[in-house]
Amino acid sequence: MTAVELPGAVAAPRPPDEDLALDVRDLRMRYGTVDVLHGVDLIARRGEVVALLGPNGAGKTTTIEILEGFRLPSAGTVRVLGVDPAHGDERWRARLGVVLQSWRDHGKWRVRDLLAHLGDFYAPYATDRFPRPWPVDELLATVGLTAHAGSRVARLSGGQRRRLDVAVGIVGRPELLFLDEPTVGFDPAARREFHELVHRLADLDETTIVLTTHDLAEAEKLADRILILAGGRIIADGSPDQLARRVGGDAEVRWTRDGERYVHATADATAFLRDLLREHGDRVRELEVRRASLEDAYLTLVHEEETGIRTGRAERVWQQEETR
Amino acid sequence: MNPTTTALRAGLRRGLIELRTTFTNGQDLWNYFFPTAVLLVAMFFMRGSTVPGTDFSLGARTLPSALGMGLVFGGLLGLAQQLIVDREDGTLLRAKAIPNGMLGYLVGKLVLISAISLIGLVIQLVPGLFFLDGLRLGDPGAWLTLAWVVPLGLVATLPLGAVIGSLIENPRNMGLVVLPIFGLIALSGIFYPINGLPGWLQGVAQVFPLYWLGLGMRSALLPADLAAVELGGSWRHLETLGVLGAWAVLGLVLAPVVLRRMARRESGSRVAARRERAMQRVG
Repeated sequence: MTAVELPGAVAAPRPPDEDLALDVRDLRMRYGTVDVLHGVDLIARRGEVVALLGPNGAGKTTTIEILEGFRLPSAGTVRVLGVDPAHGDERWRARLGVVLQSWRDHGKWRVRDLLAHLGDFYAPYATDRFPRPWPVDELLATVGLTAHAGSRVARLSGGQRRRLDVAVGIVGRPELLFLDEPTVGFDPAARREFHELVHRLADLDETTIVLTTHDLAEAEKLADRILILAGGRIIADGSPDQLARRVGGDAEVRWTRDGERYVHATADATAFLRDLLREHGDRVRELEVRRASLEDAYLTLVHEEETGIRTGRAERVWQQEETR
Repeated sequence: MNPTTTALRAGLRRGLIELRTTFTNGQDLWNYFFPTAVLLVAMFFMRGSTVPGTDFSLGARTLPSALGMGLVFGGLLGLAQQLIVDREDGTLLRAKAIPNGMLGYLVGKLVLISAISLIGLVIQLVPGLFFLDGLRLGDPGAWLTLAWVVPLGLVATLPLGAVIGSLIENPRNMGLVVLPIFGLIALSGIFYPINGLPGWLQGVAQVFPLYWLGLGMRSALLPADLAAVELGGSWRHLETLGVLGAWAVLGLVLAPVVLRRMARRESGSRVAARRERAMQRVG
């Protein structure tokens, strides 16, 4: 077996299945003659926040829709909260929360009426650990819509509407929550509030969260683990830090000396700085070290996948794990 | 509580909330009242003419026929329209994403559409009584007939509406259903008796629920001797029951299958694709 290029992905041995909210192996999807997913493997432990990143058309939405039980896969094993979504019953459904991209439904309803109504369906599925549904007033306060409780849904602003979508997604106190590009159209304040909400759900309620986003800073802030889906397979899997460190590699060092600007890329910034300062001492000014960011890592990985350099690498990682 | 009971109750509440919403919405109210007003004006001007072979007001004969037509419009087209719109804006997908949500959704729709149909019936009947004579509303027999014709009419048309609403994905294609129904209106004796039509056209009309709902409503509200000018010279209650019942059975067998197939295929990307098409239509 070749060396593993992404040790982060295999650092933890695969835990026993009961701890997995998501367990997907060799998921394949084919539309007509086009393969959209070529063997996706992914897991999420209970209480984990996982971000699924990838370029448009990489198969993110297809993957999520299969996990939500809205679409049947062509092949592969899928377990969501221990159940195959293709045969998920209403009891299983009650344990999931789904926030899709931009809903426009129920425009004539009032915010409070809608949340109360949708919450009603969850009441029979309450357990000691998961009291269901979430009380409407508390939920409204949680997503910051208390002031709009009596508004018609169609009159909400884009950000308010999105928060309502999230509220609907969590009204049943899901054990597993899917968020498909949840913060599109949010202003920075709403985004910050939303991030706090996600942390709260993950920390206090131990909700497992799977989110897709194009905002890498958001993924970095929210996710315990990041999966990058490109070309129909998972090409990287690890914490934001691990990905940034393993892939991007080079840090960027900028400084000025005698009024001139310098930029240097190096794999070992510390050693480089030591030498730089020893040589030039006080003449080095405006020193700045930028470590490879998640964005760099993401772009490198996706570019390599698209140009075929790294094809098959994620599979190797998984094979390695399975042979352990 | 049992999840199914919960969903049925939630569905009932859903229907009532949507009913309240629709009757406080200007656009919806216009859609309900405008056609009613047009029909009432038409009846007003027909009140002086007589049904051929009698001295009974043609306007008064048209009122019950139009009520039967209203049930077809409300039950069949109303439900189909709602399903298509709700699929396009994601309401149905939302229902699918919550436990027993589809059941609650459907119950809500049935409550809503039935209530709208009944209210539509009343807002047409009551003003008509002020200028049309000869309707036998004081007769308990009339109410007895209404009590089976109206529910049977809804049971015959609502499932068909569900089937049509599930099969048509693009709101533009509603014309495929609306146009034939307008054709059927002409054939089905809503505004004028069809005794003069060729036999095969009479036969075509009598295949569909529209003719029988008109006949059933006339049998309830018109004096008994008006039966003489109907086809076969009778109200033919047994045949009405038979044809409407057959449509009801057909609809109730087909609707769950078609609805389930439609619901199974709903997903976020389908809703998004539909929205994109809708945008292109507008833009």
